[in-house]
Amino acid sequence: MSTETLEAPIVKEREPLLSKRRKKFVTDPLSDDNPITIQVLGICSALAVTTQMKPTFVMAISVIFVMVFSNLTISLMRNLVPTRVRIIVQLAIVATLVTLVNEVLKAYAFDMYKELSVFIGLIITNCIVMGRLEAFALGNKPYDSVLDGLGSGLGYSWIILAVAFFREIWGSGKVFGYPVFEKLGMEGVALNGLMVSPVGAFIVLGVIIWVQRTKTGYVEH
Amino acid sequence: MQQSNTYIIVFSVILTTVLALLLSGVSQVLGPKQKEAQDLDTKKQILGAVMPMADIKKMEPAAILDLYSKVITAEVADYQGNLITTNEKGGPMVAEEVNIEKNYKKSPEERQYPVFKYHQAGQQNNVEAYIVPVYGAGLWDAIWGFLALETDLNGIKGITFSHKGETPGLGARITEGPVQARFAGKTFVDGNGNIVELQMVKGENTPESKLGPHKIDGLSGATLTANGVNDMLNNYYGYYQNYFDKHVRTGAMANN
Repeated sequence: MSTETLEAPIVKEREPLLSKRRKKFVTDPLSDDNPITIQVLGICSALAVTTQMKPTFVMAISVIFVMVFSNLTISLMRNLVPTRVRIIVQLAIVATLVTLVNEVLKAYAFDMYKELSVFIGLIITNCIVMGRLEAFALGNKPYDSVLDGLGSGLGYSWIILAVAFFREIWGSGKVFGYPVFEKLGMEGVALNGLMVSPVGAFIVLGVIIWVQRTKTGYVEH
Repeated sequence: MQQSNTYIIVFSVILTTVLALLLSGVSQVLGPKQKEAQDLDTKKQILGAVMPMADIKKMEPAAILDLYSKVITAEVADYQGNLITTNEKGGPMVAEEVNIEKNYKKSPEERQYPVFKYHQAGQQNNVEAYIVPVYGAGLWDAIWGFLALETDLNGIKGITFSHKGETPGLGARITEGPVQARFAGKTFVDGNGNIVELQMVKGENTPESKLGPHKIDGLSGATLTANGVNDMLNNYYGYYQNYFDKHVRTGAMANN
């Protein structure tokens, strides 16, 4: 009898799977605390892979995968990792996951592998991944860390997809490789070669950051 | 407690072992699949030298392999032009498995030179194009491709290029169809039968009348990549002359 009465309050105290606090882990990085536009992390890949939407999409999926699972792994190990070597441990985990992504792409999407393998390798150095491991996963429970990784990954993804959308439609007149202007009968639309080069990404990203910061009222301190 | 050196060392060793086992396991499992993908990609590129890449991309992998096996016959020669039929392990030589990159690191005399002969299905003796792999250095890293020569061995029928790290939007444009199409119809030999080096020129949009049969319109902002392409094509065209002399120019009648 006594054990039953003890158990009941514990069950009650458990947080719902998607409590308000946890929802914030996912929603915050989408806008108010976006890794690219607010924290200005992961810019290099945002510039490099965003010429077309298709490779950008694969890159986004890969980053989300790496973020979620590295956050999960580090969080599970957080009480075991010796603090003095924690950075190299994080690096080893991230590098392993990135290599996994690369190997899977090589086996099942060889064309994507040829196009993206350089950038996939660079996920290791993507500041967002290490940043979240260091700032969040090392001090929080696994489930929360997974949500945090998912949030940051999605926040990164929607920005690079937005950049890629503008660059592809202005640079090559296509969306996901589909020739939009041609199909709409607007053959003569002038395309801007600047959008294809990384400079175009700088401009688009700058405009997105501007618009977003105006909306959220965020100011650099 | 956690901070003791022994703990750190033991932790690191265990972590490394676990990750290494995981990675090598994955590599073992995916290995065959990756090899298939690589093989398919090579065959796509070889076919791409003689037919539009867009058509190939629309085909199913099985259809590509089937087409390839029907229209391509391959053999491997050494620098002197003698055919090599057995590989280092004593098995049969497979032209598609010759690693061009590894060969490139040897001196030209020691390399193996695969030749892919394109013909209509079932007509092995009626070769329509000779496709040879080429490999060289671009601006940043390796560039390679497949060069399809007409039966006179002088004119270019088609070409495909790949690269490892050329600048996107500049040198990386050598992988684009319209750029590769500029090579078709150009020739290595002038009217008197002398070999003339092909040259992808500096600057873009040079009118065809100014280019003539040995010059190719260049890539704006990617002259160094274009120079790499020139060297690559001219070098490999030279390396294959012994094979062509022995097996195509003189032997053509006898073989038929």
